[in-house]
Amino acid sequence: MITVHDIHKAYGAKAVLKGVDACFPARSLTSLIGPNGAGKTTLLLMIARLTAPGRGEVRIEGRPVAGIDIGEYARRVATLRQAPDFNLRLTVEELVAFGRFPYSRGALTREDQRVIDEAIAFLSLEPLRHAYLDELSGGQRQMAFLAMTIAQQTDYLLLDEPLNNLDIKHAVQIMRALRRLCDEQGRTVILVVHDINFAASYSDHIVAMKEGAVYCAGSVAEVITEARLGELYGLAFDITQGQRGRLCNYFNP
Amino acid sequence: MTARWLWWFAILCGASLLVGARQLEWGQLLSLSGDAWLTLTASRLPRLAALVLTGVGLAVCGVILQHIVRNKFVEPGTTGGLDAARLGILMSLVLAPGAGAPARMLFALLLSFAAGLIFVLIIRRIQFKGSVLVPVIGLMYGGVLSAIAEFYAYRNNIMQSMQGWLLGDFSRVVQGSYEIIYLILPIVGLTYLYARRFTLLGMGEGMATSLGLNYLAWVALGLLLVAVTVSATVITVGSIPFVGLVIPNLVALRYGDNLRRTLPIVALGGACLLLVCDILGRLLIYPFEVPIGLTAGSVGGVLFLALIIRRYR
Repeated sequence: MITVHDIHKAYGAKAVLKGVDACFPARSLTSLIGPNGAGKTTLLLMIARLTAPGRGEVRIEGRPVAGIDIGEYARRVATLRQAPDFNLRLTVEELVAFGRFPYSRGALTREDQRVIDEAIAFLSLEPLRHAYLDELSGGQRQMAFLAMTIAQQTDYLLLDEPLNNLDIKHAVQIMRALRRLCDEQGRTVILVVHDINFAASYSDHIVAMKEGAVYCAGSVAEVITEARLGELYGLAFDITQGQRGRLCNYFNP
Repeated sequence: MTARWLWWFAILCGASLLVGARQLEWGQLLSLSGDAWLTLTASRLPRLAALVLTGVGLAVCGVILQHIVRNKFVEPGTTGGLDAARLGILMSLVLAPGAGAPARMLFALLLSFAAGLIFVLIIRRIQFKGSVLVPVIGLMYGGVLSAIAEFYAYRNNIMQSMQGWLLGDFSRVVQGSYEIIYLILPIVGLTYLYARRFTLLGMGEGMATSLGLNYLAWVALGLLLVAVTVSATVITVGSIPFVGLVIPNLVALRYGDNLRRTLPIVALGGACLLLVCDILGRLLIYPFEVPIGLTAGSVGGVLFLALIIRRYR
């Protein structure tokens, strides 16, 4: 379990996080939702230790993360961010192999190779194994980066808007893969997501943020209600319960 | 694929040994003494070693810098590293005129390293890193450093000795005057040993840190390796443009950016390009020589233009 305690952060005079307390339960999928500028990504990057909190602390299984060696942290928490400026010409397999860097900093062992093969198979990327990243579509590229974080074999996976710019089919593929990581391998997944319907269909737990603070948090049933979402986004919501789960309609307010 | 490059490399090395102002008498060579033997050991072999090491060093430097700055269009010549090394040599000439090559090397190394650090700091502060903007900033930065060097040289009446390093030239390389260039050997070895880490640098600070790499420490180490190589080459043969730019780009197009796999090809490619430029320079106005800075500048420049056109078409 990851918990954050009284986190404050300001960029210059602008406060982005104002006393955030939240908890991300283990072995479940938690979505961070909320309007732009709510501080979701900043909070995620703080958990990833890519941004330092101004005040407060992040704890992993009760232990403050600030004291953990960066090499060890890479074996416990993997982070996937948007990488539009990634310009290295690597093949999919080479990229996934870098997911093993926290374990074997030099040459790959046989165990590393097994994990790499597994990660590639998990996302059905075999046909693209030797393709260069710059020859792939946006969706395939995102799958390759996800395979790298899977090969990192961490208990915790953090993802910043993994569905950005993806078509609906790739978006569903990614979310299903995350769900399976959670259910089949017992990993803890935390992601920032804008599509409220994906959050409602795939999460166990939702943390909604607004203006640098947690607006509400809880199970999907607790957070995905017309009243709460309406106030969170300032839009009129119409939530219907169908055979395939909840559907939030906010398209025609 | 490396094997084919090795063949080319061997052929070029042979050709380089055979070409020269003085005709080699093969009979004398076999007796391991006499005039021909002296030419070979005192001039031709040192020159070959210096050429190969410089080519390897410059290409590897280029690739390290390109990964650190995450831009394909940088090399020591376009990031101020070369100009700073030159300034360093000038300062050592004025401040410690009696000191030998190691002292000059140290000055060049310190200034080049500092210039590299400052360049990386400048680039980190820039929000929009267009692929063309970074080398343009580097060129301006280098221009400022070079202006300082020229002013300094002017004030101290050493303009003439400065001209010597503006244009790379291997004709000065003889036994006893070039040995500092062997420093490149351990540098290339280290780079290959830590190739994975340098590839990770190219993924950017966030991703490298998430994978457990101490990003800033490795950026500093990379810049140090580059500074050592640049100052060693400037002291021995002067500045040679474009090798660090063209070779890594060509290799990346064909073989990708995974340094663990491509670094040997980059190194061989750099050596081959310099050997070709040197043989050309020695044959064009035989028995005289065109300085390699000129031939490398023109061959490299044409290749570089072709690369840019290909990229933006």
